[in-house]
Amino acid sequence: MKMTGAQMILDGFVKEGVEVIFGILGGAILPLYDTLPQFPQLRHVLTRHEQGAAHAADGYARTSEKVGVCMATSGPGATNLVTGIANAFLDSVPMVAITGQVARPFIGKDAFQEIDITGITLPITKHNYLVLDTASLPRIIKEAFHLAKTGRPGPVLIDVPKDVFAEQVEYHYPKQLDLPSYKPTLKGHPAQIKKAAKLINESEKPVIIAGRGIVISNAYAQLKELAETSQIPVITTLLGISTFPESHILSYGMLGMHGMAHANFAVSDSDLVIAIGMRFDDRVTGTVNTFAPRARIIHIDIDPAEIGKNVRVDVPIVGDVKNVLSALNKQLTSAQHLAWIEQLDNWRRTHPSLDIRDSESILPQYVVDKVYQATQGNATIVTGVGQHQMWAAQHYQYEQPNSLVSSGGLGTMGFGLPAAIGVQVARPGSTVWCLDGDGSFQMTIQELATIAQEKLPLKVAILNNGYLGMVRQWQELFHERRYVATPLAGPDFVKVAEAYGIPGTKATHRDEVAPAIQQAMNEPGPFVIDFQVEPEENVYPMVPPGGSLAELLEAPKKEGVKS
Amino acid sequence: MAKRTLIALVEDRPGVLNRMASLCRRRGFNIESIAVGHTETPHLSRMTIVVEGTSAMVEQLRKQLDKLVVTVKVSDITADDIISRELALIKVKTTPASRSEVMQIVDIFRAGIVDVASDSVTIEVTGDENKVDSLLSLLYGFGIREVTRTGRVAMTRGGSGLLSAEKGSPTRGDRRQKAS
Repeated sequence: MKMTGAQMILDGFVKEGVEVIFGILGGAILPLYDTLPQFPQLRHVLTRHEQGAAHAADGYARTSEKVGVCMATSGPGATNLVTGIANAFLDSVPMVAITGQVARPFIGKDAFQEIDITGITLPITKHNYLVLDTASLPRIIKEAFHLAKTGRPGPVLIDVPKDVFAEQVEYHYPKQLDLPSYKPTLKGHPAQIKKAAKLINESEKPVIIAGRGIVISNAYAQLKELAETSQIPVITTLLGISTFPESHILSYGMLGMHGMAHANFAVSDSDLVIAIGMRFDDRVTGTVNTFAPRARIIHIDIDPAEIGKNVRVDVPIVGDVKNVLSALNKQLTSAQHLAWIEQLDNWRRTHPSLDIRDSESILPQYVVDKVYQATQGNATIVTGVGQHQMWAAQHYQYEQPNSLVSSGGLGTMGFGLPAAIGVQVARPGSTVWCLDGDGSFQMTIQELATIAQEKLPLKVAILNNGYLGMVRQWQELFHERRYVATPLAGPDFVKVAEAYGIPGTKATHRDEVAPAIQQAMNEPGPFVIDFQVEPEENVYPMVPPGGSLAELLEAPKKEGVKS
Repeated sequence: MAKRTLIALVEDRPGVLNRMASLCRRRGFNIESIAVGHTETPHLSRMTIVVEGTSAMVEQLRKQLDKLVVTVKVSDITADDIISRELALIKVKTTPASRSEVMQIVDIFRAGIVDVASDSVTIEVTGDENKVDSLLSLLYGFGIREVTRTGRVAMTRGGSGLLSAEKGSPTRGDRRQKAS
């Protein structure tokens, strides 16, 4: 059967299980959009900026166990995707991006809206393709989805010239993949697993550091079994939050720059670190020379290039986290680490990281806590990047697996709102809250229009402090309070929301916080709350940049503590 | 930091060299030399990449290169028993008086003269970098007009090939025995 390039792409989408596409059209990709009505099973969500399309596909992929798909036209459409693709790359999110390209005869001629997007995205994609032969499209589509979701997931970009969309060729969707050089290691090496089990069974002060690999591998049960069998405290990275229920007695929260004091002390004092599906980011380790100085390190990751990249590792295990943990758990003897766990609990008591002081004005931590109480820890929280992100990570108690969606590696301000669109599309019946900062929110504020058009019932809480708050905090602590370019005059967010047809309210006093959240929860559709929070509140604890995890700044003691 | 030699088997497709070179650049490695050519297997090219770095740094680069979808296998063969060769073409200024002296040096180095003009000769030399460097330093006095060097190509001695070495590969000791 003959098909056009456009038909082959969309038929490939259907065969690969795609249900939703996020994107914006334009001249070069118009033939593909023109073909969309022939595939009514594919839902298209029109964003207001291509960055929004990429972030929405990212949020969708993180919460749907599917590959996120986004599309854009050539030139500026393609370059606008770049931030979103980079974000997905650094957080290992499976994504396929289709970009239109100028027709083949115009490539290399600086044609209107021509840009070398495969060149630009070379360092931020797992792989990319420029399609010069229409007959190769089915193979490329199949490979792209396979590459995106297997091994260490990541974004794959396919750049398709306009005339390729239109050209008709004989169509066969390949049954088999032909990728001889791509073979991710899925099973851990038995000898390494045996070594790891021995270390775990002999350790006295072990900690688990759980990362996003557990989400990707769906290894929540295996993580829990490991922790419970050997009674090991579970500490998470930012993206490892919600891999382990935070009400669990062995849950000790996040580590790193804004991690819990007790978690950072525990890692620093431990004799064994079991790092699972994480990559020792500098925000996690502090200065690497003093990271876990007394510990042996077991590192489990599917990407061999992550082993030994940042820290020395005693027992590397390359493989899929779920496979490795299943095999490892069989070799564990049940253990107790009563003295060690008591030590952690002591640190938690003597260095409380989550106390919220009493204040008439609205403290951002208080807002997060109230959202937690209103949703009982069962919502999916999506954040932007900055102070609010850290407060959302610290003060919401995550109970459900994979219930925090945040930009970790790239730290992309503006991620929150469009990512929340993707999350709400992936989880239509669930409560989704976008906790955002006023700086982050204004970077992708136009996606309110997408929310209104798609009638997505997501709730937006803006922790509005009138600053680019995280940078202001650094200026306060490390640049003698020179607040250069951080004060941020914003619009009236409630009026902005209303202009988009979305109801909202403003909260300026502590007593208004809980009712505003309730109002949002009662609203069947989307709702925006502008929380006017304490402008110069800092995120604590904080490991100063270049510092050791064990030497952190804690919140200055202030009058009356209210938890 | 020492020079290290990596061998990469890669798919023979457009853009592969760009992917390899771009990765070296963004991971902070300066490529000393890179040589690419076809192999015994159709659709596979072989690269010899020379970079400077500690073994740990280059091991990280090796793993990153290995991760690219287009690479079949990347090995660091620096510590192995290897044959490594480079070819250079050297155009040297000559006068009737100096020509025979240049030809003598060429003979000693077992190099060859591939072109003769009235005021210059072009020499082809093959060997490891030391040999090429030594020859060049001897010729400087005569006046060098032009030099082009291919960069290193390398192969381990004995044993099996880079690909088949994965299964039941002989230990380094075994390979030496075969060679001797």
